[in-house]
Amino acid sequence: MSDKITFTIDGVEVQADPGQTILEAAEQAGVYIPRLCHHKELKPHGSCRVCTVLANGRPMASCTQPAAEGMVIENESEQVTKIRKNLIEMLFVEGNHFCMFCEKSGNCELQAQAYRHGIAAPKYPYLFPAREVDASHPDIFVDHNRCILCARCVRASKDLDGKNVFQFVGRGKDKRVAVNAKAKLADTNADVTDKALEVCPVGALLKKRVGYAVPVGERLYDHKPIGSEIEAKRS
Amino acid sequence: MAKPKVATTSLAGCFGCHMSLLDIDDRILKLVELVDFDKSPVDDIKEFTGRCTVGLIEGGCCNEENVHVLQDFRKHCDILISVGDCAIMGGIPAMRNTIPLKECLDEAYLNGPTVHNPGGQIPNDPEIPLLLDKVYPCHEVVKIDYHLPGCPPPADTLWEALVALLSDKPVDLPYELIKYD
Repeated sequence: MSDKITFTIDGVEVQADPGQTILEAAEQAGVYIPRLCHHKELKPHGSCRVCTVLANGRPMASCTQPAAEGMVIENESEQVTKIRKNLIEMLFVEGNHFCMFCEKSGNCELQAQAYRHGIAAPKYPYLFPAREVDASHPDIFVDHNRCILCARCVRASKDLDGKNVFQFVGRGKDKRVAVNAKAKLADTNADVTDKALEVCPVGALLKKRVGYAVPVGERLYDHKPIGSEIEAKRS
Repeated sequence: MAKPKVATTSLAGCFGCHMSLLDIDDRILKLVELVDFDKSPVDDIKEFTGRCTVGLIEGGCCNEENVHVLQDFRKHCDILISVGDCAIMGGIPAMRNTIPLKECLDEAYLNGPTVHNPGGQIPNDPEIPLLLDKVYPCHEVVKIDYHLPGCPPPADTLWEALVALLSDKPVDLPYELIKYD
């Protein structure tokens, strides 16, 4: 007897192992569900909601929701795409995302999601919040202007680096990533080789002195939308 | 039939988007066959001579003159396009948006390390357009019909969009032509 779970995504039958999330099962089947806070080396967090799908008609974060037998998932319907677009647009207006000079541009997952969703301009008014840049560390920049509060650095620092350098403080619109020190990143044991740095989807955590190393045209998302590598696996 | 007219302007921008328009190379010959240029820095016409089909806006609104020009464009153009990141989100000039205006002026005219201003005067002549409290994206000031992002938008993006609009086709740009940098 097979212990596989069978469910459908946009009408296509997909198999999952028991306990596997919708997002993981989809990925295995070559179906890409857009995501930002999710990272395959980290515990699912379910905070950005970009991976929202309709599961039996109800919106759910596919990165945290386990697949269940007979589930009917909508991934690319008009309603789901609209939810995702709105979320991505809100992320753009609530921070200060100056792509034109950002070192991460072209390799940025937030930007890549906007490209994939064909967003030419957000429909919401820009907030232009006053946020800080922490350049105290000899090898690392922290630019809160670009932070989307995905908690990847928080999780990576805790679970992979075993350091607990980053944590959230504040609530609502005042929520931000803080460092485990009196004031600055330089006062922590953060290191340039930390996984926390590598997993940042945007340009909020950057290595110093290596910016713009990859020329325009050769960056990750210059030619193909994010998720193409997963969709290429589809049989 | 008279050719459709195109107007362009640079508000709080660097003219890079206009440079990108010129970067369509020899297609510019085709463009002048397709359209006439009205008010634009390209032909140095200062005032609208009539109704225009397309208005291209480079740059956001950082002062009252930008707002007046933008409103004038809205009044005279059937289709208004925000061209480039400055028009769409304020761009580099919008970096001042997180700093109070007074602090910006003090830094520029009084406290900056290279400032020589013995009179301690901050320019305030009525001839100089009044600065706005912050830099506004164009679509937060008037209705904008299309957005072409990029810093600048590639020449191909401008060309494809213009040709589509002028031939009554949907502006359906391929993945590689919509970029934010």
